[in-house]
Amino acid sequence: MESTGCYDKDLNLEATELRLGLPGTDQTEPTTNKRSIHQTKEEDQEGGSKVASSKAQIVGWPPVRSFRKNSVQPKKNKAGTEAEASGIYVKVSMDGAPYLRKINLNSYNGYDQLLVAVQSMFRITIGRHSEREGYGGSEHAPTYEDKDGDWMLVGDVPWEMFTRTCKRLRIMKGSEARGLGCGV
Amino acid sequence: MNYFPDEVIEHVFHFVNSNKDRNSISLVCKLWYRIERFSRSRVLVGNCYAITPERVIARFPCLKSLFLKGKPHFADFNLVPQDWGGYVYPWIKCLEKNRTNLEELRLKRMIVTDDSLELVAKSFSNFKSLVLVSCEGFTTDGLAAIAANCRFLRELDLQENEIEDHRGQWLNCFSESCTSLVALNFACLKGDINLAALERLVARSPNLKSLRLNRSVPVETLHRILVQAPQLVDIGVGSFVCDPESETFLKLTALLQKRHSIRSLSGFFEMTLYCAPAIYPLFSNLISLNLSYAPAFPGKELIKILQLCGKLQKLWVLDCIGDKGLEIVAYSCKELQELRVFPSDPDGDGNATFVTEEGLVAISSGCPKLNSLLYFCAQMTNAALITVARNCPNFIRFRLCILDPTKPDAATLQPLDEGFGAIVQACKGLRRLSISGHLTDQVFQYIGMHAKNLEMLSVAFAGGSDKGMLHVLNGCEKLNKLEIRDCPYGDGALLNNVRKYETMRSLWMSSCNISMGGCRMLAKSMPRLNVEVINENGDLNRDGDDDQLVDKLFVYRTLAGPRTDAPDFVWTL
Repeated sequence: MESTGCYDKDLNLEATELRLGLPGTDQTEPTTNKRSIHQTKEEDQEGGSKVASSKAQIVGWPPVRSFRKNSVQPKKNKAGTEAEASGIYVKVSMDGAPYLRKINLNSYNGYDQLLVAVQSMFRITIGRHSEREGYGGSEHAPTYEDKDGDWMLVGDVPWEMFTRTCKRLRIMKGSEARGLGCGV
Repeated sequence: MNYFPDEVIEHVFHFVNSNKDRNSISLVCKLWYRIERFSRSRVLVGNCYAITPERVIARFPCLKSLFLKGKPHFADFNLVPQDWGGYVYPWIKCLEKNRTNLEELRLKRMIVTDDSLELVAKSFSNFKSLVLVSCEGFTTDGLAAIAANCRFLRELDLQENEIEDHRGQWLNCFSESCTSLVALNFACLKGDINLAALERLVARSPNLKSLRLNRSVPVETLHRILVQAPQLVDIGVGSFVCDPESETFLKLTALLQKRHSIRSLSGFFEMTLYCAPAIYPLFSNLISLNLSYAPAFPGKELIKILQLCGKLQKLWVLDCIGDKGLEIVAYSCKELQELRVFPSDPDGDGNATFVTEEGLVAISSGCPKLNSLLYFCAQMTNAALITVARNCPNFIRFRLCILDPTKPDAATLQPLDEGFGAIVQACKGLRRLSISGHLTDQVFQYIGMHAKNLEMLSVAFAGGSDKGMLHVLNGCEKLNKLEIRDCPYGDGALLNNVRKYETMRSLWMSSCNISMGGCRMLAKSMPRLNVEVINENGDLNRDGDDDQLVDKLFVYRTLAGPRTDAPDFVWTL
């Protein structure tokens, strides 16, 4: 059985300039096996559930086809982790306002939060959404343009579906708004 | 046999289909060689640079089906520079010039251009099947040429290719009289397609058995397609995003309850989890399931689904299934033969779940028919591998990738030599092996001693000395492909058994301890090998010292001599 000390020399990392540290760091000793031992100890202490996050980016490792690597983005666990840094930014216009605004749909958990934000942004009141009456008689109605190019009333579909299909928002006001979703 | 007329011998040969067997037949005597070569219609050229197209066509004039492989396997992982080679155009030009009646073309890891596709489309009037795996260099315009000109096209299968999508109307290009499609797979295309054209194509293809859609095809179209094509057996769903209260969803749910003929399912690039129950009725009939491109299925959902898969033989899944999920698979999928578990977080950026040795042990004890494995895991132990070897002696393919490539046995901190040793000892039929983790010369001693049927070995970040590589070269009689990266093997290992390389298709060594001198020596002593030094970074001096270290080396046997299309950073010594 090879003694555990041998492989340090045999790897001869200096000569082949293999580095398993993070780019930019300088390792003066072969770190491969010591690092793994250290990691294992770390995992044991933490209950073995976390993979060490400071992985060096080794070219071509893990051996996954680049096509696959580029296609599968890690899906964040829904239960309580932060929303992805890349947001879903959509334009918000309001009839009569001098300029448009942009909001990140990912920064809201649902319609309530979205509407609170919009109401505050444009200093308006929208009221509550109801299936039957839309925004029932309010001066303003939030609408959005969906993937098919149709203008829809905000609030009818599940939130996830909304964030996926919403291309832009428009706050309608005046008589146009009152005409929407009033019972019929 | 020599007393039979040639026609009888030829008729007997007709029943022999495997390339290996046909190669053996052709070595028996001149007569058999002659008869065999005129009757071979399916030709496999495992390395497109091992022989010239002219020689292939000269030897097999009745060739109808050609399978060509180009770049070395490690090209899949970005270890081979972009312009290394593997161009298919010269082959197609040659086939066209000789008026070969080409019906099928299958390419793997090759550079395919639109011109090549156009040439295929216009030169072979009986062309029936195009399968491209892990290729690049073409656009949807090339596909349009195939669609427009191949009137009897049966199969267009695009697997994991990098295709420049011009979002054109390539699907429209199938002529109205083209009704022969049996299999269509464009799952790897990134752009939008003309949905109406797709529906019309499906409607006029009564023999369509396999259809794999890309991300851009919405569930409404899927529903209409399923209505049009009740004969479909293999479906790749594009996007499964829908409103659970919509009419489409309700109709789809009702339809899927009655589709008992669907045997293979894949895709789900996007998914509304809420709508998953619609597909539940499909699972009890499935033989093959590929959810490795479906990150929207969390572990819990996968578990629910897999419990239903009593007939499943092939499963490709992401590691978010977890060990628990694999236990469920072990319990529910007794017919499982092939399992691939891919990392859902390959770059290790987040807190992804992963699988460990526990999941693998569970699978091995629950699924006795398992013979093919690709397993990306966070850790492994010798004890687990020994158990797996005992439970599943039928492995043909065993590829284990520990995400931290030099990690030792997670329990004992020992090298994983004993574990892999147990695998090669128990699995006498093992043909393909990939090993990882902390390894020493010992594992290679085991491999050399026991892996007598091994054809392909992939090694990364192993420790030890030159002895390790020699154990393999000297012991593995059937070794065909050896690929090594980041191991401490030097010229001693490379030059010890040079004759071996003529019995193999190829050898790849990168980031090892090989020098220019060693490579020059190899090239000098073995003229029928192409010894390619790949000077990707421009560090090497071609006429420089022998002791320069060679970072990437690719050696392969060839009858074609040094290739003429090598880029200037690839030197054939």
